Amino acid sequence: MFAGQTLAYAAMGAGLEVTWIPSYGPEMRGGTANCTVAISSRPIGSPVVRLPRVGVVFNTPSYEKYEPIIEMFGILARNASLVKLHSERKDITELAIPAQEIAEAVGDAKLANVVMLGAVLSARPVIPLEAVRQALQDHIPVHRRSMLDMNYEALNRGTMFQPTEVGR
Amino acid sequence: MTKELLKGNVAIAEAALRAGLEAYFGYPITPQTELLEHLSKRMVELGRVFLQAESEVAAINMVYGAACSGVRTMTSSSSPGFSLMQEGLSYIAGSDLPCVVVDVMRGGPGLGNIMPSQGDYFQVTRSAGHGDFRPIVLAPASVQEAIDFTVLAFDLADKYRHLVVIAADGLIGQMMEPAELPEMRPSSRSAPDYALTGAKGRPPRAITSLHMAAEEEEAFNIKIQQRLGVIRSLEQRWFEYKVDDALLLVIGYGTAGRIAYTAVESARSKGLKVGLLRPQTLYPFPEDRISELADQIEGVLVVEMNAGQMVEDVRLAVGGQAPISFYGRMGGVVPMPDEVLSNIEAAYERISARYLVE
Repeated sequence: MFAGQTLAYAAMGAGLEVTWIPSYGPEMRGGTANCTVAISSRPIGSPVVRLPRVGVVFNTPSYEKYEPIIEMFGILARNASLVKLHSERKDITELAIPAQEIAEAVGDAKLANVVMLGAVLSARPVIPLEAVRQALQDHIPVHRRSMLDMNYEALNRGTMFQPTEVGR
Repeated sequence: MTKELLKGNVAIAEAALRAGLEAYFGYPITPQTELLEHLSKRMVELGRVFLQAESEVAAINMVYGAACSGVRTMTSSSSPGFSLMQEGLSYIAGSDLPCVVVDVMRGGPGLGNIMPSQGDYFQVTRSAGHGDFRPIVLAPASVQEAIDFTVLAFDLADKYRHLVVIAADGLIGQMMEPAELPEMRPSSRSAPDYALTGAKGRPPRAITSLHMAAEEEEAFNIKIQQRLGVIRSLEQRWFEYKVDDALLLVIGYGTAGRIAYTAVESARSKGLKVGLLRPQTLYPFPEDRISELADQIEGVLVVEMNAGQMVEDVRLAVGGQAPISFYGRMGGVVPMPDEVLSNIEAAYERISARYLVE
């Protein structure tokens, strides 16, 4: 959710149109909590998508739910620290990122989402990283301000990581 | 002002207080709660009234009281809570009082679920309570429209001394989008001439929805109907896209209208002459424009997140001039653009087939 919001803020900062929809149902109490971010250079009609071009999944139930619906030639990025499955699909690019380990090396496992964001934006550079850094600076809650540099570092390591590509 | 990334519910709340909301009463319910939450903080900061009531029934009656005192007042809820407010809404209408009510619609009937829906269309546009009246109903399809229509809602409520409902589906409430808020209005509004402010130094006034004599009640009803006639002639609002050469007109509001926009874009890229009309006021329904377009078009497709409620208003406006088909999802399911597109293609094929026969 935070990574999705950061992406949305960054897209807005980069002058793009964007919509962000959270799941707010029972999955928020455990399970496949998710958000949908649509980014476009033109006004966005539908904020819902049947086949996302990029999927970023953090746990196994979400992997099972979203792996089949990634659009052809799309990207599926998984937090390989937690998700041990891999896709049999030949028509998508799968990025396996040990986000938790990278985040722990940066200093806090909670930064796994920012690592993933960096890795995905490296593979699909739809937004300049500077806009993401600005979004982090502007929207990290006041009581977490001390973690700003760690967030930058997590983003950076995400972009630097050479993921194991599976499929295609 | 610059654009901010705002959640629909928060945007409505902030727009309301900037438009001059002086007293808010409400009760939490998903998917609307962030609206109340935002006001609980901001109204107190501004020294205005925020009160979480013990129920929706209490909240709407507090709004009734506040409206009697002449302040700009509002409540918000979601479908089951809106149902609970019906009696109060009717009393407010029966007392000729302005107020704004937000219904962030969710799946029903009954307790239903918390997913986005447009299942309250009949409820909000037909009466929103017993007796002969209809509220003005605004249906935003984006966070920006949620803001703009909130400001408009207060202005229309004051202008006509009338109940205004903002009917947003749960997705509009939950979605974040870049949008621009209005400036804070100066709070220099004086109490209107009907307000009950204590009768010191002037004859007492009374506000009631009770008219015991039938003729007296009828006279009051005639006044409401005359006002609704003016509202129907002046306040129809809609958005349209590529209708000029359209053979098929797609009609949808709120989130369904927005999804239909994407489907219409896809249909256009395939060379189909399809246009979109998205009602922004559900009451008054943009019947004049639809009736005008009915002369030109060969078919209509109505898209809603319900079993087909607005389609009745479309039928009245089209008046048999073109065949009407309907596509809807119910129970909190949001239709995908490709579903709408295949319905556009099917409707378009029927038009083409008719041409061949002719």
